[in-house]
Amino acid sequence: MSLKDARRILALAAFLISVFWLIPYLIAVSGYWNFYFTLTSVALLSVASAGVWLTFYIGRINIGQGAFALIGAYVSAILVTKAGISFWISLPIAGLFAGMVAVLIGLPILRLRGVYFAMITLVLTEVVRLAALALPITNGAKGIVSIPLPSELSIFGIVLIPDFSAIENPKLAFYYTACALMVACYAAMYRIVNSRLGQLCRSMQQNEELALSVGVNIAYLRVIIFAISSFFGGVGGAMFGAIAQSVYPSSFVVKDSIDFMLNCFLGGLGYVFGPMLGTLVLYFGWDLLFELGKYQLLIYSCVLILVILVLPNGLLSVRLSRILWARQ
Amino acid sequence: MGAAVTPLLEIRELTRKFGGLTATDAVSFDVQEHEILSVIGPNGAGKSTLFKMMTSFLATTSGEVLFRGKRISDLKPHIVARMGIVRTFQETSIFKNMTVRESVLIAQHLRSTASLSGYFFGSRAARSDEDSFGRRADEVLSFLGISEIANERASNLPQGHLRALGIAIGLSTDPVALLLDEPFAGMNQDETMKMVSLVKSVRDRGVTVLLVEHDMAAVMTISDRIIVLNFGKKIAEGTPAQIQSDENVIEAYLGSSDDEIGI
Repeated sequence: MSLKDARRILALAAFLISVFWLIPYLIAVSGYWNFYFTLTSVALLSVASAGVWLTFYIGRINIGQGAFALIGAYVSAILVTKAGISFWISLPIAGLFAGMVAVLIGLPILRLRGVYFAMITLVLTEVVRLAALALPITNGAKGIVSIPLPSELSIFGIVLIPDFSAIENPKLAFYYTACALMVACYAAMYRIVNSRLGQLCRSMQQNEELALSVGVNIAYLRVIIFAISSFFGGVGGAMFGAIAQSVYPSSFVVKDSIDFMLNCFLGGLGYVFGPMLGTLVLYFGWDLLFELGKYQLLIYSCVLILVILVLPNGLLSVRLSRILWARQ
Repeated sequence: MGAAVTPLLEIRELTRKFGGLTATDAVSFDVQEHEILSVIGPNGAGKSTLFKMMTSFLATTSGEVLFRGKRISDLKPHIVARMGIVRTFQETSIFKNMTVRESVLIAQHLRSTASLSGYFFGSRAARSDEDSFGRRADEVLSFLGISEIANERASNLPQGHLRALGIAIGLSTDPVALLLDEPFAGMNQDETMKMVSLVKSVRDRGVTVLLVEHDMAAVMTISDRIIVLNFGKKIAEGTPAQIQSDENVIEAYLGSSDDEIGI
C-alpha cells in the first residue's frame, strides 16, 4: 500500500468517525438538538448536488435538479400514503422513477450543449412544480401532508431499521440515514470518476466529436449519467419529504435548483467531494449571515461572486494549491 | 492492384448540398487496401465534407459509401468507427485536459468488451480490458516514439507532438482505414518530414491511410495515389506523377506559384 492510499484510508476513517460518532456525541453533550436537522439537510442536499456535479462532469450545466428532487419526493409520498408501501421500498423507487423521467427527457435535450441545455433544465423545475399543482394525484397546492414516519424494515424477521415513530429520537435516526445515503452516494461517485467510466465522461466533456470518433457511444453514456444524476436527486428529495412529513409543489423550486448548482461551483467542479463541501459552506454561510437582516441576501451574493472570481476552481482548490506551493 | 479485388472503400456519386451550395458533387473513387491516398484541392473544394461523409459525421444528400462491399452511409458515427474507419480532425482536436497516455487509453474504447456497469463494479472483463488497454497504449506510444511525453498534459504540448498524439489516438482504435485531416498543417519542414515517415510507418502496420492536405511537397512524397477536387467535383485521379502533369489540375491551381504545388 502506497503512502497516498494510506493517507486516503486515514482521511476516510476520520470522516466516517466524525460523521457517525463525533458529531452526534458533541450534539448530545452540548444539547444543540436542532443541529441534527441542519446537518441532515446538508447531507441530503449534498446528495442532490452530487447529481448536478455528475452532469457537469459530462459537460452539461444542470439547473433542473429541483425537478427530480420534487418528483422523488412526490413518488415516495404517494407510494407511502396512497399505496401503503414501506418508505424504505419507496425510496429506491422514487430514485428510479426520477431516473426514468431523466431518460425520457434526456434523450431529446442532452443533444443540446452549454446555455441551451441549462435553459431547458431551468424550465424543467418550473414545469414539474406546475404539474404538481395541476395533477389530481399530487393533491394540488394543498400537497401531501401527514406522511407517516418511516416504518420498520425487516428481512426474514431480522429488523434492519426500526420503526422511526417508535424511536425516542427520530432526529438522530434521520441524521444517520441521511449520512449513510450521502456516504453511499459519494462512494458511488468516487468509483465512477476513478473507473474507466470517469475517463469516458471526461473524454465527452472535453471533446464530444473526438470521443465519438474513437467509438465512445456518447448518446448512451450521457443519458445513463443524467439518469444516475437524477436518481440522486430523486432519492434526496424523497428523504426530505419523509423528514418534513409533507410535500408541496413549492418544496423544491427554481432557487433550489440554482443552489444545487452553486454548491458544485463553490466546492469545485474538479473534485468529487466538492459538492459536499460546497453544500455545507453554502448552507451554513446563509444561516450565519442571518444576523445581518435585510442585508443578508446582498452580502451573501457578493461573497459568492467574490469566491467564484477568486477561486474559479472552487474551495477545494485552495488546499491543493497550498500543497503545490509548499513543495516549490 | 488486382482489379478483381473488392476495394476497401467505394465512394459512389457522393453528393452533399448545404442550402444552395453543393459542397461535393457526385464524387466517386475507390480506396484500395494498404494504400496512402491523398485528397487535395483548393480551399472550399469539399475535401473535409467528403471525409465527414465517409465517417458518417455528416449525412449524405445522395450517393453512398461502401466498406468492403457493404453500405455504411447513414450508420451512426461510432458504429462506423467500430468497423475500423476512423478520422482525426482538422483542428488540433484532442482531449486537452488529459495526459497523452489517458487520451490513448480512451481511444482504445472500440475494443472494450465490458459493459459500463462492468467498469463500475470492476468485473473480470473490465479488468482484462484495462490491462490490455494499458499494454496497447504503451505499445502505440513507443511505436510513435512519444513514450517520453506519456504523462504530459495535452494542452502543454507543442504542435508536432499534438499531431503525433492525434495519430496515436487514431491508431489506438486499431483502424482499418485512418483518415487524417491536414496532418502537416502548421508544421515546419523538419516536423513535416518526421510526420511523413510516421504516416508511412502507420501504413506499414497494415493501415490504409487517407489524407486531406494542403502541403503539396508532402503529398507528392507520401501518396500512392491522389484525388483532386475542385468546387466539389473530382477533376483528376492518379499517381503523383500523373497528377503533376494533369492539365485540369494545373488550371485549378492557377494563381498559386509553381513550387507551392510542387510542380
